[in-house]
Amino acid sequence: MERETREVVIPGQPLEGPGLRPGSGTYSAGGRIFAALLGIRDDRGGEVNVIPLAGRYFPIVGDAVIGQVIEMGVGHWLLDINAPYPAPLHATESPWEVEYGDTGSFLGIGDLVLVEVLSVDENRRVQVTMQREGLERLEGGQLVTVAPAKVPRLIGKKGSMVSTIKNYTKCRIFVGQNGRVWIDGKPEDVAATVEVIRLIERFAQAVGLTETVDRYLAHKYRRSG
Amino acid sequence: MSELVSELLRSSIKKELAAGRRADGRALDEPRPLRIQKGLVKTAEGSARVWLGDTDVLVGVKAGLGEPYPDTPNSGVLTTSAELNQMASPTFEAGPPSAEAIEIARVVDRGIRESKAVDMGKLCIVPGEKVWVLFIDIHVLDYHGNLFDAASYAAMAALTSAVLPGGKLGIDDKPLPLDHTPVSVTAAKIGSTILVDPALDEEAIADARLTVTTDENGDIRAMQKGLNGSFKFDEVQKAIATSQRVGKAIREIILK
Amino acid sequence: MGGMELEKGMKLIDENGRRIDGRRPDELRPIKIEAGVLKRAEGSAYVEWGNNKVLAAVYGPREAHPRHNQKAERAIVQCRYNMAPFSVTDRKRPGPDRRSNEISKVIAEAFSNVIFLEQFPRTAVGVYIEVLQADAGTRCAGITAGSVALADAGIPMKDLVVAVASGKVGGVVCLDLNKEEDNFGEADVPMGVAPRTGDLVLLQMDGHLTAAEFDQAMKYSMNAANQIYELQRDALRRRYAVSLEDLKVEMQREAPPPAEEEPKYDVYYDAQPGVQE
Repeated sequence: MERETREVVIPGQPLEGPGLRPGSGTYSAGGRIFAALLGIRDDRGGEVNVIPLAGRYFPIVGDAVIGQVIEMGVGHWLLDINAPYPAPLHATESPWEVEYGDTGSFLGIGDLVLVEVLSVDENRRVQVTMQREGLERLEGGQLVTVAPAKVPRLIGKKGSMVSTIKNYTKCRIFVGQNGRVWIDGKPEDVAATVEVIRLIERFAQAVGLTETVDRYLAHKYRRSG
Repeated sequence: MSELVSELLRSSIKKELAAGRRADGRALDEPRPLRIQKGLVKTAEGSARVWLGDTDVLVGVKAGLGEPYPDTPNSGVLTTSAELNQMASPTFEAGPPSAEAIEIARVVDRGIRESKAVDMGKLCIVPGEKVWVLFIDIHVLDYHGNLFDAASYAAMAALTSAVLPGGKLGIDDKPLPLDHTPVSVTAAKIGSTILVDPALDEEAIADARLTVTTDENGDIRAMQKGLNGSFKFDEVQKAIATSQRVGKAIREIILK
Repeated sequence: MGGMELEKGMKLIDENGRRIDGRRPDELRPIKIEAGVLKRAEGSAYVEWGNNKVLAAVYGPREAHPRHNQKAERAIVQCRYNMAPFSVTDRKRPGPDRRSNEISKVIAEAFSNVIFLEQFPRTAVGVYIEVLQADAGTRCAGITAGSVALADAGIPMKDLVVAVASGKVGGVVCLDLNKEEDNFGEADVPMGVAPRTGDLVLLQMDGHLTAAEFDQAMKYSMNAANQIYELQRDALRRRYAVSLEDLKVEMQREAPPPAEEEPKYDVYYDAQPGVQE
């Protein structure tokens, strides 16, 4: 797979190159391809994409996200998932037996839950579910929000970045695709995790970030780097 | 995140506070770093932009000529208004000034007026006919907690840099005469912990709030308790002592 | 904006073709643009344009409220252009007036043209433009700042919008009028353009111009728009150009010095969904 040194592109900027196909974050007009977003140009497999540097979270089926209950109905809860649209969680998609009208016994307004995006229709209406392994209501711990565009960097290739952090800090960490990160552990370890997350968010574009984070944490935890 | 504060956030902040720790590492009686930029707006007779931590407030002072109020013919006029600009937070709504905006404007105004920071008599040009009219306009640009203090520091800093334009009177410009420098220090009460200069998350879960404004002699010039919670008397006394101490350091920055 | 008088003997254009501030007819005032200046807002920008100081902030796309403003098939753009009370010589009463309402509307329409609205049905994109200091051309500075703020917020658009005005001063067609020229000149034509295609998304005119003079004014403006576009692009690039040097400085505080590496920028994009325990 070809990789090139990436440049920051702006909306409307032409993306030149022989035989390229328009990928995500781009649009085509008059036979040419242009960036549709502020982002980093990423050419791979004959397709040119623009990886966003900023912006809201757009739900994709299968994403694990952390939502907050903002409304309750007789048979569902409405969640804010840091997207342009709130997402309903139906009682039937919860792990509990919920009687009609009894939703309040299980989740209250303000509660945080780890859910998965079940479906997104053409009108961008989103449904989520809590019925997968590992999905649950979050208690205790601490919540940190990062720009959704930085989540891939925080996770790393095949989870390498977040694994590195977990190895040192021994914290439980859930990284939601919507930019919300839940951390639980000893207070000093949680604090170290939050620090590292902020660092990653600020320097998401630098190469060699994983190794640098590793050294940083190694020094913090006084192990040989 | 939405304006709703989760129980998780509330309990994690309270747990840390019980151990004497604040999210940004500050001590309970420590304000955030204060940065002031004076004279940014040239169309205003005085202006100052203040960053209290990430809270960003701009104040412009406009001075014009006008008639005094009939019951105070020898006194200039001072009006303070505040705008919680929608750009500063997703929670600020369009429309006429909210109750919060009005409260901020009035508390800042009281601090300045009651301390006689500006000698209103010195603003009189022709008794009963012509006086200086001062407008203090508070513009909140980025909301991260504690607008009372940020707005009051910006207002004072703007006043220290204000120049009365003499052109229309055929005289020289002269700096606005300031006699005192009131400084407000706001504390928030969460459970039984009292902390100074609440940041956004702390303010969101605060039960009660107390703003104490003191002058350069440490005397109290204004006070405002807010939100539905309550304070014990000794807590109020502590808040006053903190305001005197913290206020001193802040006064130096404002007067620079 | 009344109550002003041109100083006695002052000419809007002198015998050498120089304007009051020394500019030639086709010269822009100095412009500085910075992106990402506010923390709360999802996108923001600050523009200094001559003596104008304008701040723009963007929120969204978010659910449109009130509900009856929503459009089922696309997003709507809500713009609020506002002048701070201290932004003008004679203090302006806080709050919207008819002029700012009209300007808010034409700016919202300009942005509606370039934003991919169909991607976000039922939502609203909020653009807030605040004039902190005014010296004519504030709506153009506002749009220029607003575009950068929209890009900074990650809003998908087919292009940025650049805005600039030209007019007629002392009988001569001039680019980018300042306050005196706007007050005492013969015409003003603010224009907003999407630079890639040259589509005009905002166009207003007041005063008196022949068709030929109008063409000349637009030529000046289009030329200037290209220069301003470069500044917008620079502002956005600077915002996100993180140097490895900054990272090293940050790490030096606590970690041992990093190994020698070739400074270059790279990004890892993991297509897999989030890692869970």
